[in-house]
Amino acid sequence: MGFEYAPAPESRSIVDIKASYGLFLDGEFVDGRGSSFKTVNPATEETLAEIAEASDADVDLAVRAARRAFRGWSRMSGKERAKYLFRIARIIQERGRELAVLESIDNGKPIKESRDVDVPIVAAHFFYYAGWADKLEHAGLGANPQPLGVAGQVIPWNFPLLMLAWKVAPALACGNTVVLKPAETTPLTALLFAEICQQADLPPGVVNIVTGAGGTGQALVSHPDVDKVAFTGSTEVGKAIARAVAGTDKKVTLELGGKAANIVFDDAPMDQAIEGIVGGIFFNQGHVCCAGSRLLVQESVADEVLARLKRRMSTLRVGDPLDKNTDIGAINSREQLERIRELCEIGEAEGAERWAPACDLPSSGFWFPPTLFTGVAQAHRIAREEVFGPVLSVLTFRTPAEAVEKANNTPYGLSAGVWTEKGSRILHMASQLRAGVVWANTFNKFDPASPFGGYKESGYGREGGRQGLAAYLKGAEA
Amino acid sequence: MARIDVRKTYKLYIGGAFPRSESGYSYEVTDNKGKFVANASLASRKDVRDAVVAARKAFGPWSSRTAYNRGQILYRIAEVMEDRRPQFEEAVRQSEGGSAALARGQVDAAVDRLVWYAGWADKLAQVIGNANPVAGPFFNHTAPEPTGVVGVLAPQESSLLGLVSVVAPVIVTGNTAVVVSSYARPLPAVTFSEVLATSDVPGGVVNILTGDAAALGPWLAAHMDVNAIDLCGVAGSPELATSLEVAAADNLKRVRRAPAAEPDWALDPGLSPMTAFVEQKTVWHPIGI
Repeated sequence: MGFEYAPAPESRSIVDIKASYGLFLDGEFVDGRGSSFKTVNPATEETLAEIAEASDADVDLAVRAARRAFRGWSRMSGKERAKYLFRIARIIQERGRELAVLESIDNGKPIKESRDVDVPIVAAHFFYYAGWADKLEHAGLGANPQPLGVAGQVIPWNFPLLMLAWKVAPALACGNTVVLKPAETTPLTALLFAEICQQADLPPGVVNIVTGAGGTGQALVSHPDVDKVAFTGSTEVGKAIARAVAGTDKKVTLELGGKAANIVFDDAPMDQAIEGIVGGIFFNQGHVCCAGSRLLVQESVADEVLARLKRRMSTLRVGDPLDKNTDIGAINSREQLERIRELCEIGEAEGAERWAPACDLPSSGFWFPPTLFTGVAQAHRIAREEVFGPVLSVLTFRTPAEAVEKANNTPYGLSAGVWTEKGSRILHMASQLRAGVVWANTFNKFDPASPFGGYKESGYGREGGRQGLAAYLKGAEA
Repeated sequence: MARIDVRKTYKLYIGGAFPRSESGYSYEVTDNKGKFVANASLASRKDVRDAVVAARKAFGPWSSRTAYNRGQILYRIAEVMEDRRPQFEEAVRQSEGGSAALARGQVDAAVDRLVWYAGWADKLAQVIGNANPVAGPFFNHTAPEPTGVVGVLAPQESSLLGLVSVVAPVIVTGNTAVVVSSYARPLPAVTFSEVLATSDVPGGVVNILTGDAAALGPWLAAHMDVNAIDLCGVAGSPELATSLEVAAADNLKRVRRAPAAEPDWALDPGLSPMTAFVEQKTVWHPIGI
């Protein structure tokens, strides 16, 4: 505390944002047949570009292009498909800074995260799955693994390019072609990715990008010639998709909401735990489905943890996403900001105590300070609903059994954290927590080799790792 | 004077006990020639709910058993079934018709399938789980865990081999099951439940309801404390299957869709009957001194 930082902005001259963007169909940028919408910089509310909103007819054209491309792409030897994916991975590295800056401008996330987390993992993801393309018969997913066909993929705004990589890389490695719809508020890096596909000479139609809102996504997932639906987003929309595909042969993977418990025992490595709690909930403004949004702290150390946590939160720097010292950037949209505000007001009204460090917020743009609630009961809405913002609910427990009970008391089951120096307790907790990813003495770690996905209403299927291939191959369910 | 035989009452199997349907309803079961054989309990919505409660209660302890122990118990089911082969042969022949040899073949295959699945208990994690070489100093591995309570609409035609083929993969992986038997051919399922009750399978791990999948399926598919559902029993009824899949979306149940027609149960099942009802859990831990 007490440090002053001079502004250290990353230059945005590296990006060239066009005034308007069309759709990426069959290897070309084309005008949409529908209307258009604006994408804004959430840190300034400045309009960045005019984006085509794909109509049902546009979606149909995209699916047809993907279907035409499927024949050649699926019959190409895995060895050759791999080389296209390696090319894409390399171009992502070459244009890494440009992608990071563009991501921070369109999404609002701090440049240190887009530069050091998002973009490197995006490149790594393409590298990882590139290597699988000619080894599928060794993946243990059947003797003669075959692609599904055309994948319709709908991704969220919190990790725009990273979610694209999670969807596109395994699909292409397995020989599928894709139609991808990026989120309405963050289309720009997906459109830059389309340009990267052109630079890589990816055959036309293998990747198609249709921009738009919910209606475009709906048209895509319900298109009769889509064989596979992959969705990352809210549990509510995930359920609607599960209903929409009922009775079809479409294969589905859903990566949905979460309300992760981050459990701190009294013997936890305290310095690391405090950093883990902060990273768990304030990384990416808390716009993370696996965010550690419920801190469960053992009663005997609750006062100490809270005091240290508040001190650490007071040092977090909120502001310009392009400033290299920024810890917390802009909330992605006005709509999301309203939702965070509303849930926090409900938290107070329900009797929880709200705290945030003193913090100067910019006058324009969408901002929310790092916030924590104490005195939270399990029934409170801030302990049950996904806030998807920099808001931490703190609850306490006395015994490991109580911690398990409280951690699992949610319809979600995406991730969980455990902090203790006792190895046997880590393994016990890891086995008892009903969540697809358990971070022990760490949090919010991601890697292309590491499968990710939820239990219960956090969705089904896994992305990443060998398991991530199963989502894109016939008959494979492992 | 000829001895009058003592007939069995065919009841439901819930939580390790054999209650009648709380509804008080039963229905006539005939052999494949249409001759009356018995009155089976007609399970109701309340019976479904009771069975789900029993299955949920059994899930924690059953999923916490060692894989070796679950394998032993599945093998024990096979042993006890083998011991009662003549009874099963008669039940299958009565239900499905055909020759004695055909019925014997079905029973043999059912016992063998249990033995096959018993062996999977402590191997599946080794086949479908893996260590993950992440780019950093972390221990990272992924292994399967059971999904939870699984609703199973058992096949309508294959009264024993089909039944065993959908129940064994659910429980060997650590799930618990609420099973709706074949409607017209429920008696082998009831006899199977008597085997389960005497094979060290804890009460509630498998609950078997005799009744109509079309009537009970909607309650099971919409039940918010059921984690997954196998729709095999409504194979050939696409509209019903679709409506059940829609209902299952309310809490995002894992759905094993109904095939267009019942499969050939003699074929190698592969891994998908087990992998459909497991979750993959990834655990991270830093590596350091």
